[in-house]
Amino acid sequence: MNEPVFHVGQRVRIADRTPPVHHRVPSYAKGQVGVIERVCGLHGEPEKFIRGDGKPPQRIYRVRIAQPELWTNYEGTDGDKLEIEIFEHWLEAAE
Amino acid sequence: MTDHDHGHDHSRTFQPDHAEPTSDGARIGLALRELLIEAGHYTAGEEQSVIEAMQGASPENGGRIVAKAWTDPGYKERLLANGAEAIKELGYALEPYEFTVMENTADTHNVIVCTLCSCYPRALLGMSPAWYKSSSYRARVVREPRAVLAEFGVELGDDVDVRVHDSTAELRYMVLPQRPAGTDGWSEAQLAKLVTRNSLVGTERDLKIA
Repeated sequence: MNEPVFHVGQRVRIADRTPPVHHRVPSYAKGQVGVIERVCGLHGEPEKFIRGDGKPPQRIYRVRIAQPELWTNYEGTDGDKLEIEIFEHWLEAAE
Repeated sequence: MTDHDHGHDHSRTFQPDHAEPTSDGARIGLALRELLIEAGHYTAGEEQSVIEAMQGASPENGGRIVAKAWTDPGYKERLLANGAEAIKELGYALEPYEFTVMENTADTHNVIVCTLCSCYPRALLGMSPAWYKSSSYRARVVREPRAVLAEFGVELGDDVDVRVHDSTAELRYMVLPQRPAGTDGWSEAQLAKLVTRNSLVGTERDLKIA
């Protein structure tokens, strides 16, 4: 039960949606593709705290995104990365 | 000032009261706090002890953790693998958060931000600096980390990759800075004093030997 759906190294896409409640995905990350850097623990779902207790908890992953893919005219190296925590229900497998 | 004379000067001894809340948000916050205490969710005493624990936290705790990692390779491995468990060995705790420590190396520099608000391992490192909470830092360090770091005095060449960590949910972060050269044989206590708050956030890279 509650086994991680995604594994380290897997390419994932972050959902591009804006629910009308508190959520923990910044606009710049929505719709972006990255790689699972780390599988983290289970935590209360932010969208479900507006009413109730955030249950059932959701898995968090750290997603690594290449900075030059994230921003137009990014100034830095091809190796620069941004890493961000994303809940499982915001992720889908990407090619 | 005063129309009576009794041996002291009111203009010098007067201390203003703690300001009354003036914004709606502050009033709602106070009312909520009183309701939560009245309904028995926690006591005023518990609240006070949490505030005191946070006021007692400081970057010195981070320095102690870093010095331990510099001098004990086994500890460093445990710290990088599971920070929350490893800091318990030194008597610290950051529940309910996961604690993630990112190691700076010769070719990687880490910097921490919370773009959505101002998440910071407060119970461990104390209050975050004002710039960490500024919208300017939060917006810019993800978009142009090298320019922001340069403003902090950290000039990175092309041989160093930047990793920006956006603390968006239930993880809290600390950077493990590099141990400065010329510190062979130093004690943990001596090493801990070299560690600065900014180096734990990643806006400082090369620690100075005083």
